[in-house]
Parts: sequence; structure tokens; C-alpha cells
Amino acid sequence: MKPGTIRAWSWVHKWSSLVSTAFLLMLCLTGLPLVFTHELNHLLLDQSWQAADPNAPKKNLDEVLATALAREPGDVPAFMSFDEDRPVVNVTSRPADGPATAFHFQPIDQTTGDPAPPVAGHPLLEFLLQLHTDMFLGLSGMLFLGVMGLLLIAAVVSGVVLYAPFMRRLPFGTLRLEKAARTRWLDWHNLLGIVTVAWVTVVGLTGVVNTLATPILTVWKNTALKELTAEYAAPVATGERASLDQAVARAKQALPGKTLQFVAFPGTDYSTDHHYAVFFHGDTPLTAHLTTPALIDVRTGELAAVAPTPWYVKALSLSQPLHFGDYGGLGLKIVWGLLDLATIVILGSGLYLWLAKKRGRKA
Amino acid sequence: MKRGKDLSLRAVFGVPLILGVLALIGLVGALLENGLWDGLGAALLVTSAAAVVWARFRRR
Repeated sequence: MKPGTIRAWSWVHKWSSLVSTAFLLMLCLTGLPLVFTHELNHLLLDQSWQAADPNAPKKNLDEVLATALAREPGDVPAFMSFDEDRPVVNVTSRPADGPATAFHFQPIDQTTGDPAPPVAGHPLLEFLLQLHTDMFLGLSGMLFLGVMGLLLIAAVVSGVVLYAPFMRRLPFGTLRLEKAARTRWLDWHNLLGIVTVAWVTVVGLTGVVNTLATPILTVWKNTALKELTAEYAAPVATGERASLDQAVARAKQALPGKTLQFVAFPGTDYSTDHHYAVFFHGDTPLTAHLTTPALIDVRTGELAAVAPTPWYVKALSLSQPLHFGDYGGLGLKIVWGLLDLATIVILGSGLYLWLAKKRGRKA
Repeated sequence: MKRGKDLSLRAVFGVPLILGVLALIGLVGALLENGLWDGLGAALLVTSAAAVVWARFRRR
């Protein structure tokens, strides 16, 4: 490699790293406990609630919905979701004339209709997740972190290119521990960087895709979902709606073997003005993150369409497990944590090497 | 350290490439299947960390 080429790649590596290091360190530090969210919530929260009568027959979904709306008069239903490990249906409603963001959330014991305690994450983990996702800045924060993720990819690519000239006379795994601190840390930086390159690239790229969640879902709603409503004229009034329970049963017939995830009611972001959107997911780690909505005509209760999500929504869905490493059991999470720690060392040693080089030039 | 002639690209990137491929197989394998692949995925991914431990403690 020519000296000029090496200088150019060094420039890319230096500046892509320097600009993003502080944010990447924040993402690594907050991401480490988030990998173990499930375990930490289990440890830190008291979630000992049990249904009053676990063996009692479950109320049907229309009854649950009516119970929830009776407790929030004037509300219209927005979403209904289902806990996996307890007989609880979560009803989200909003005032009929209020803003689309003013939601009421009611977990309901499906065996009795009584309120159940909500399952919320530990406040500290919720804080870390928000910091990790958007730094409390909403969409602009997410997109900014996406740019930081792109800089990480630039740093990785330039780092791989520069690995060759740096290691051209050193066998793989060389650590010159007897040398000066700068040489030692350079070797650690190179070794950790090259062995984690695949993992860092996957986590970085999926992180970038995750930062695009809002625009991706907006495009989906404005294109694929909108096409399904073209033939309808006016929204359907609440009183004209078919049975929710039968609509969900019809959707289950259309997608056998899938697990019911949630229902989006007409007029919400995840549905149309004319359908119950009944979302299902699969049972393997891969398909558990791939949702498929069945649209049920809200007037007739008949199946209107099964609308597999487009590729860009699938990419977003798969980016979430591949970013957080929460899909392969505790063993995978522990390895994820180790690689996260290695990345922190890479970032710290890179910063140290830059400072040491700068000091060396001044001396 | 004795300095010889330059290593080929294959010599420089051979082991990192193998580690990268193993890591990717582990990442995707654990995503595709439960059970055996949970452990296998973690095992394939941990080879990267194992290489670092090997480099640190190998006989010089």
C-alpha cells in the first residue's frame, strides 16, 4: 500500500473514530446492562402477581374490551396486546376527541376482568434504554445516533484496511507486552479490533437500521397499508363494528400455527380506518421477530387481506434481536457482554493512542 | 523481535477471516433455531474472545 493511501485511510480512521467515540462509549456502556434486561428486571422487580383464578375460563375479547372501555368512559380502543406468561390482556385506549398521543393503558385479568398490575421495566433500565435509543431527543436523537453508527462502520472499514500495513511483519495475535505502553496498546487495539470486526459490524449496522424505525414504519403505513384502504370511503363508526373475538378467530384461521401478538384498532397508526389489524408472530427466534398482520373488515368481520410486511419492515424487525443479542439464551448474552467490553477497550485504546501520538509530536 | 519479509494478505487476514465467518455463522444460526443452536451460536461467537485469551497467554 502506498504511503499516500495509508495516510488517507488513517485520516478516515482517525476522524470517523474521534467524532463518534464519546457517543459510541455511551452506547456500549448503556448497551451492556440492556443485554441483560430480562434477567435484571427479574432480579430487581417484584412481579409476584398471579391471576385470582388461573383455572377459570377466560373472558372473550369483546367482554375484556367492554370492561376496559367502561373504566375509561368516552375512550375508543387503540390497541390490544397479550401477555405471554400470564392470562392478562392489555387494552390501550384514547379519548375519542383527544390527541392521538393521550393513551390509557389497562392490563386486565382475562379470568375475572379485574385490573392487573402493569409489567413495566425497572426505572433505571428504562432510563438507560431511552438514553441508548435517542438520548431523550426523540427522532432527531435517533437519527443522530444513526449517523454515529455510520461513522463506526467507516472506522471499522478503515481499521481493517490499516490492519494489513500495521501487521505485515507480525503474525496474528502478536502482543508485544514487553514494549512501551503505546506499542502494547496498539497491539491490543489491533487484536481486539480485528477479532471483533464481524460482531461490531453486525451490531453497528443493525443499530443504524434501528435508528430508522420511525421513518420505516411511516413509509409502511403510508404505502402498503394505505393501498388496502383505497376502496373504502369513510371511517367506520364504533357502533357498526363486528365482534372483535370473532375477528381474531378469523385471523387465526388465516394464519395457522402463528402466535397472536396484538390487535390494532381502526384509526390507529398500525391499522386503517376500516380494519382490525391482527398481528401474529412465529415461534423460532427468527420468526418471533417477524410480524404478519391479517386485516379483518371491521364491518363484516371477514378476512380482507393477509399483508406480509415488506422487506424494509422485516429488516427492521430482524435488526432488533441482532443488535441487542437477546435471542439465543443467557450464553449468547454473556458473549455479547464480553464483546461489548472488548469494544469499550478498543474505543478507549484508540483514544489513548491518538492522545499519546499527539503528546509525542509536541515533545 | 526478529523482522522478516512482509506477510501475504492471506497470512495477515487468514485467522481473522475464519473468526469472522465463525462469528457470523453463530449469530445467524442462533437466530434461525432454538435449542442446540443457542449453545452452538454462543460457542462460535466466543471463538473471537478465545483467540484474544490465546494471544495473551500463549508461550512466547
